[in-house]
Amino acid sequence: MSDLAIRVEGIGKRYRLGAPVLRYQTLRDKLADAFGGSSDTMQETVWALRDVSFEVRAGQVLGVIGRNGAGKSTLLKILSRVTDPTEGFAEIHGRVGSLLEVGTGFHPELTGRENIFLNGAILGMRRAEIARKFDEIVAFSDVEKFIDTPVKRYSSGMYLRLAFAVAAHLEPEILVVDEVLAVGDAEFQRKCLGKMSDVASQGRTVLFVSHNMSAILRLTEEALVIDKGRLVLRAPTPQAVDVYLSNGYAQMGERTWTADEVPASAAPFRPLAIRLRNAQGRVVDTIRSVEPADVEIEYALDAPVTGLRVGLYLMSTRGEAVFTTFDTDEPALFEQLSVRPAGHYVSRCRLPADLLNEGRFVLGVNASSYRVRRYFQDEQALTFSVDAAGAPGMQWPEPRLGAVRPRLDWSIEAVQE
Amino acid sequence: MKDPLTVTKATLPVTYLRPARGWMAVNLRDLWRYRELIYFLTWRNLKVRYKQTLLGVSWAVLEPFLTMVVFTIFFGNLARVSSDGLPYPIFSYAGLLPWGLFAKALNDASRSLVANSHMITKIYFPRLILPLASILSGLVDFAIAFVVLLGMMVYYGVWPTATVWALPLLVLLALVTALGVGLWLSALNVLYRDVGYVIPFLTQFWMFISPVIYPASSVGERWRLIYALNPMAGVVEGFRWALLGVQPQATFLPMLALSAGISLLILISGLFYFRRMERLFADMV
Repeated sequence: MSDLAIRVEGIGKRYRLGAPVLRYQTLRDKLADAFGGSSDTMQETVWALRDVSFEVRAGQVLGVIGRNGAGKSTLLKILSRVTDPTEGFAEIHGRVGSLLEVGTGFHPELTGRENIFLNGAILGMRRAEIARKFDEIVAFSDVEKFIDTPVKRYSSGMYLRLAFAVAAHLEPEILVVDEVLAVGDAEFQRKCLGKMSDVASQGRTVLFVSHNMSAILRLTEEALVIDKGRLVLRAPTPQAVDVYLSNGYAQMGERTWTADEVPASAAPFRPLAIRLRNAQGRVVDTIRSVEPADVEIEYALDAPVTGLRVGLYLMSTRGEAVFTTFDTDEPALFEQLSVRPAGHYVSRCRLPADLLNEGRFVLGVNASSYRVRRYFQDEQALTFSVDAAGAPGMQWPEPRLGAVRPRLDWSIEAVQE
Repeated sequence: MKDPLTVTKATLPVTYLRPARGWMAVNLRDLWRYRELIYFLTWRNLKVRYKQTLLGVSWAVLEPFLTMVVFTIFFGNLARVSSDGLPYPIFSYAGLLPWGLFAKALNDASRSLVANSHMITKIYFPRLILPLASILSGLVDFAIAFVVLLGMMVYYGVWPTATVWALPLLVLLALVTALGVGLWLSALNVLYRDVGYVIPFLTQFWMFISPVIYPASSVGERWRLIYALNPMAGVVEGFRWALLGVQPQATFLPMLALSAGISLLILISGLFYFRRMERLFADMV
């Protein structure tokens, strides 16, 4: 009991749906409501979080994973006192520092120096404390030369580094971190992760929310999985990540086309959907590098098409092409399907295990007849993430260059002289 | 990894989070803990206000001064409004100063929550700090414009009397009134953006029911009591009394007391309303 940092019991948060409450209302709306008879009780409500209970011991680094809209951010907002719970109870021992959004309260007209003091005060630091850490903050942010320049002249990278530096030097007993690492270059991310390990090793409690499973695996020993506002699982991190990735708690993974999204020029080809399925057959946004996955393109042909090939482009989010592939790449298959009859089809492509490196990728779709006509093309039909947990070389927590991460055969021989 | 030595358990403050219900008192301890933020936000408002302006801080003087010139031409010279025996320029400038302080504080305070919504939705701090800081930053403009008033007093040969001690109290009364109304309006503004449109009308209307352009002595005897329900009537009239030695009516001091009472009432009710609405700010702003 003595080293309890956070205790959460049956916490829930209800939001009312619809314009009147989620957004501000004008008096006219209110009057219209009053006379129109639609009262608050008729409003639809949604529980962003419901019946969540857990405890965190002081010094523990706890990961929180879940897809977008699962309630992670709501939980962090409640714990950092930004918003009140609708029900339940929580007990927090110590000062909570949150990196919900770095740079809160930064004013573009003020200089870097002035913003450090202002932002520090907003985050709850004393002036003396900020003054004491000032040099350290500036050194961490790497913006010494521009410290007396208004931050509106900063590049977005400099701005971010300065903002994170202030927040990172806050010394709360409990640090709440939400996906701040998604931005910034690799070098900066490394620095941030290093800072977080420091914080953790000083015996402070960290709640870490991220979509970056590698970072979660590296930094936390235990994790919560949240889905649809409920706490689904609390387990050692590798197990939690496994459940999250393979149970399709990851979002999306599917793009569908409605009739009016398809140009008339595509006829008779009519794209219906593109989906990414993991090894367990679930439609997912994130696949594992070490498991195979399937991409399927569903489409209809309103008339027979000669020489059709339906295929994929794979690109990294930096725009590098990784590969191009078509369903009739196999010459024998192409001969056999030289004329594809009208009908409803699914072309499915298996991505083998140990193919892609961690990161975000973009799938493009192409349907064409070589040298005859291109029916349909969407270069950004679907984006997805690859998680490298378990991939070769994960014992070294460093980003690997390259879009692919094959498991290659290495042998090491001692050569006799 | 888990070295408890660096965190001393005994000193840790414990926070309890639970659904807030009903009316709550102001959490003074919390406010005190964040006192430096009041200072920093006031300082930020000041720093930012005249950035990228050509005339900079001279606007603090130009605004009331030019208004005074216009008033003197139209009300003083053309309409021949009474000015309690003072030269009209100094009469109206001495009224415009406390009025300007009040109107600016009211305006800034009422907009403070919506203007800083990015902070409210991201981070915890006592929300009361936002209207508070926006009111305090108006004081600096007031002080600068006040120097010009002193210059005008020398020019017109008007000397302060013994009642000048009351001046800081009157300034305080103006600020308390602005804060009280500002608390109501800022909280309402989060829910209903109409408030943003109402504020210009409200301040304009309020100026006409305060003795800025005309002296309170021109208000009929039987209206005096109702007139005094407006705290700013006492402040503006009191300002001329304290600084310029204008002889007040016999009913002036009880009127001022009534003004102060009304002002406190607005402040206290404003605090309670603000606290009640506070928990909705992050979700609704």
